[in-house]
Amino acid sequence: MTAAGATVEDDAEERSPTLDLVRRFIAGDLAELRVVLAIAVIWAIFYVQEPRFLSSINLSNLVLQMTAVGLVSIGVVLVLLLGEIDLSVGAVSGLCAAIMAVLIEKEGWSPYLGIAAGIAAGTVIGLFQGSVFTRFAVPSFVVTLAGLLAWPGAQLEVLGETGTVNINDPKVTGLTNTFYSDMVGWIVGLAAIAIYAAFALRARQKRVGEGLSAPPLGLLLMRIGLVTVAVLVAIWVLNDDRGLPLAALILVGFCLFFFYITTRTRFGRHIFAVGGNAEAARRAGINVNRVRVIVFMIASSMAAAGGIMAASRLLAVNQSSGAGDFLLLAIAGPVIAGTSLFGGRGSVWHALLGALVITSISNGLDLQGRESSVKFMVTGGVLLLAVVIDAIARRQRQAAGRV
Amino acid sequence: MNATGSTPVLSLKGVSKSFGPVQALSDVDFEVRPGEVVALVGDNGAGKSTLVKVIAGIHPADEGSMQFEGQEVTVNGPADAVALGIATVYQDLALSDNLDVVENLYLGREKVADGPAGTVGQLDEVSMEKRTGELLENLAVTITDLRAEVGTMSGGQRQQVAIARSLLGEPKLVVLDEPTAALGVRQTAQVLALIKRLKEQGHAVLVISHNLADVFEVADRIFVLRLGREAGDFAASDTNQEQVVGAITGASGNGGNR
Repeated sequence: MTAAGATVEDDAEERSPTLDLVRRFIAGDLAELRVVLAIAVIWAIFYVQEPRFLSSINLSNLVLQMTAVGLVSIGVVLVLLLGEIDLSVGAVSGLCAAIMAVLIEKEGWSPYLGIAAGIAAGTVIGLFQGSVFTRFAVPSFVVTLAGLLAWPGAQLEVLGETGTVNINDPKVTGLTNTFYSDMVGWIVGLAAIAIYAAFALRARQKRVGEGLSAPPLGLLLMRIGLVTVAVLVAIWVLNDDRGLPLAALILVGFCLFFFYITTRTRFGRHIFAVGGNAEAARRAGINVNRVRVIVFMIASSMAAAGGIMAASRLLAVNQSSGAGDFLLLAIAGPVIAGTSLFGGRGSVWHALLGALVITSISNGLDLQGRESSVKFMVTGGVLLLAVVIDAIARRQRQAAGRV
Repeated sequence: MNATGSTPVLSLKGVSKSFGPVQALSDVDFEVRPGEVVALVGDNGAGKSTLVKVIAGIHPADEGSMQFEGQEVTVNGPADAVALGIATVYQDLALSDNLDVVENLYLGREKVADGPAGTVGQLDEVSMEKRTGELLENLAVTITDLRAEVGTMSGGQRQQVAIARSLLGEPKLVVLDEPTAALGVRQTAQVLALIKRLKEQGHAVLVISHNLADVFEVADRIFVLRLGREAGDFAASDTNQEQVVGAITGASGNGGNR
C-alpha cells in the first residue's frame, strides 16, 4: 500500500499531450469534418454529372430548400440527445402551418400573430405529448406515433373542404423570398466572423489566465481561418445570385441559439445528462421529467417553425404538407451528421449539416431529372452508410479510450 | 469499545426496519465518529444495504432514533440526508458516461456565471474545472484530462470520480457502497488509498464491503450485521479475519466453535 501513490500515477497513461490532442481532434471535431468531406464528395459527383449543380443559383435554391427540414431537425436533435424520438414532427409541421395559414388568410389575422399562433400550437402539442410520455411512462416512440396518425386528421379539419389554403400574405411568403443586398451580406458575414473569433480567443485567454489546459493557439487560428473561408465563400456565392436570404439567417440563427442553450447552459447540460444516464441525472437532483417535457415542447415548436417555412416556400398549405418523407428526412439528417440515436451524443449543428447532405442529394437528383424512386434509395443508402461509419468510429474511439 | 471523547458524527439507536413480513433490521445501535473509517460487513441479506438506505434517507426507519453531530434528526428522503452532510456513493456509481469529469462532478449543482448570463443559466465552466482540478489534486487522484468522457475511463478512475463527486458538498460522513467490487488489484489499491485520504482530511467514512482484506486495510472499526442484528463491533487493531468471519457466519455467536 505504500506504493499506492505511484500506482495511481501509473494509471494516468504515458500519453503525450499533443498525441492526446490529435486523438481528441479525431474523436471530436473530425466527426463533423467527416460530414463536411461527405458533402464535398456528394457535390463533386453531382458537379461532374451536371455542372449546373454548383451554380450560384442552384446553391441558393439549395439553401432555401434545406431551411424547413433543417429547422425541424434542430428539434429532432434535442429529442435524440435525450435518447428519445419524436415521430410526430412532420405531422405537427403540417398542422401548425395549416393553423397559421387559415388564421392569416381566412380569419384575417395579422401575419405576426398568425405565425406566433402556429408556433404556439406546436408548443402546446409538445406539452401534451411530453406530458403523456412522462406521466404515464408510455414510450415516446408510441406517443408520437399516435401523433403522427392523429395530427394529419386535425390538419384536414383545419384546412376545411377545399383542402388547400393559398398564402398571399407578403410577410409570410417573404420568409423564404427575402434577399438582402450584397453590402448587407458582406457586413453580416464579416460581423459573424469577428464575433466568432472574439469569443473563441477570449474563451481561450480566460482558460490560460486561470491556468487550465487550452487548445494551442495555432489550432484555434486554423479553426477561425476555416470558418472565415466558409462564411466568405457562402456569402460570395449567395451574393452572386439573389443575395443573402432571410431564410438562411433564420436557420443559422436558430442553430446558434440552440447551440448556446445545449452547450453553454445548465438546461443544456441536463439534456445531455438525461440522455446519457437518466437514473444518474435523477439522483443528481435533476428534474428529469421537466427536462423531457420542455424538450418535446421545443421539438414541436421547431416542427411548427419548419412547417411555416415550408408553407412560405410552397405559397400554400395543403393536405400533404408535412406528410411523405418530410419526417424521415428530418430524423435522418442529424443521424447522418453523427447525432446518436441512443442519446447523449450529438450537436445542434448536425441539424444543419444533415439537412445540407439530404437536400443536396435530393436537389442533385432532381437536377438530373431522376425519378423519386432513385432519390429514396440513394437517401436511404447514404443514411445506412453514415450510421455504419459512425458505429465503426465509435467502436474505435471506445477501444482507444479504454487502453 | 470506542474511546469516548468526540461526539459521534452519526449515531443510530434501536433502529428497526421491516419490509412486509421481512424484518430487515432489528434494534440496531450504530455510530460513526469523526475521522473514523467504519466497515460494515455481513453476509448477503444481513441488512447492510437496508442500513445504508436508512442512513441515506431512501428508506426511513420504522423505529429507532438518529442523531447527527449530537442533534436528534429525522431523515425522510435523500435530500434530507444530503442536507445534513451525508454523501452516499452507490455501487452502480451513477455517473453519466457521455459527460466528462467536470460535468459529472457538478451534475445537478452546476455553477452558473455571474451577472446577467447567469440568470439564463449560463455555465461557469472555468471555475468548475478549476475547482475540480483542485479537488482531485487534494485527493491525489491523477486524471490527465478533466474533459475526457467518464465512459472512456477505467473502473478505478470512475470510482475515484464518483467519490470525489460526493465530496463537492463538503460532507461530514461519506458512505461508500461496495467501492471495490468489480475492480482489479491495482484499481482497488487506488480506491483504498483514496479512502485513507478521506480519513486524513477528517471525513468520517462508512464502507460497505464483502472483501475482508480490503476492510482490514482501511477500517478502524468493523461492524458486523447478521440477519438484521448486530453480530459484532470490533476495533480493527485487536481482531482478526477469523473472528470477523465467525461473527458474519454466526459461528462464533453461539460460542462453541472456537
